[in-house]
Amino acid sequence: MIQVTWDWAFAWEVLPMILSAAKITLLATLLGSVLAIAVGLVFALLRRGRSKPIRVGVYWVMEFIRSTPLLVQIFFLYYVMPEFGISMSPLLTGVLALGVHYGAYLSEVFRSGIEGVDKGQWEASRALNLSTLDTYRDVILPQAIRPMIPATGNYIIAMFKETPQLSAITLLEMLQVAKIIGSENFRYIEPFTMVGVLYLIFSVVAAYGIHQVERRFPKEGFNLK
Amino acid sequence: MKKPIIEFKNVQKRFGDTTIFNDFSFRVEENEIVSIIGPSGSGKSTLLRILMTLEGIDGGYINVNGESLWHMPWNGAYVPASNKHLHKMRNHLGMVFQHFNLFPHMTVKRNITEAPMRVKGLSRQEAEKAADDLLELVGLADKADSYPNDLSGGQKQRVGIARALAMRPSILLLDEITSALDPELVDEVLDVIRNLAKEQSFTMLLVTHEMYFAREISDRVCFFDNGAIVEEGKPEDIFTAPKEVRTKAFLNAYLGQ
Repeated sequence: MIQVTWDWAFAWEVLPMILSAAKITLLATLLGSVLAIAVGLVFALLRRGRSKPIRVGVYWVMEFIRSTPLLVQIFFLYYVMPEFGISMSPLLTGVLALGVHYGAYLSEVFRSGIEGVDKGQWEASRALNLSTLDTYRDVILPQAIRPMIPATGNYIIAMFKETPQLSAITLLEMLQVAKIIGSENFRYIEPFTMVGVLYLIFSVVAAYGIHQVERRFPKEGFNLK
Repeated sequence: MKKPIIEFKNVQKRFGDTTIFNDFSFRVEENEIVSIIGPSGSGKSTLLRILMTLEGIDGGYINVNGESLWHMPWNGAYVPASNKHLHKMRNHLGMVFQHFNLFPHMTVKRNITEAPMRVKGLSRQEAEKAADDLLELVGLADKADSYPNDLSGGQKQRVGIARALAMRPSILLLDEITSALDPELVDEVLDVIRNLAKEQSFTMLLVTHEMYFAREISDRVCFFDNGAIVEEGKPEDIFTAPKEVRTKAFLNAYLGQ
């Protein structure tokens, strides 16, 4: 009979290494989120812009990004781009891939949030002669953000859970480090279990945090001074 | 005849297959107060929305203050107006909406100072001073720091008026401003307009269902039906001795005469 044992001493010994890899995972997620939000917002605004070729072009770029696997995009950026003279570190590649990939998803969230704002708000802004930029910044986005929070949060958590894909380009994130520990010590159960538990903890905490942000966010939106 | 401040010449407007205006012409003189009455769907609000550049036109010309609204001169021809031109033209106009369209995430004061600060580049101090005066004018000095959702409908609409006035338009467009209000709140809003009409020199164009108010305040009343002016004239003539059958029928239904 196969006996599976859990070695606490080994678990405690390797935990610091996994935790330090967790920092890379979190860093990639954080930077990826910031980029995804920026990309998503730009895509969303372009898709609402006046120029039809840009609207259609952006639509197809987004469709392309969403319909190809993240791993293919990661490989492309990491292995193919150097042939065009653009080589980036694994972290930068990962952040770029996650940011652009999830930006394509977030742009739909942002677009529907923006479209959810009463069109009377646009009309009042127009009647007051506010520019499109002023209208977005002062009137529309402050009211659109609250309904965007849950879906945005879910995508960020989903992105967090996809960071192991970056191990494929040698980024030393949690799973990659756990795998190395496992192969060096011929013990996989402790490192992989701990990685799973850490993902669980981070995800649950993040989900709770997002819920709190949404709950505390003023219902009408917030006023930029 | 005095020089018109607003002039529609052969204007065409369609929504899909529905023609709202076909060869519509209309003029308003400076400082004239004109009420537009008529059944719903007759194009009354569209007229105001076209002037406020919320809707385009499909043909014809509109002049505001001697300049074409939807067109601009370019190399000796008239071409569709650029955003810059529309921006300039909108400075003449202010609009108050049926459903207020206040910014719910801004305080009352900020609703009023937003455009003067952003568009006219007023300092916060100047804009707030002007906002205080306007709130005084509409009787809401104590509500400066409230949010729109904490106000009654009548108060919201008075803020809406103050917000439009903050941009110092010479033409004020009032689009059924009391239609969304409970009956007991209508007068507080109309009182503000009465005072404006008395004290200030504005050109006012109002779409309204308040017949007694239209009669009291207007220099001229236009009865609108199917995108055309069926009858127009001095309020006492329109309300006491309408000539057209359609006007009579409408007023009978409305005033229960």
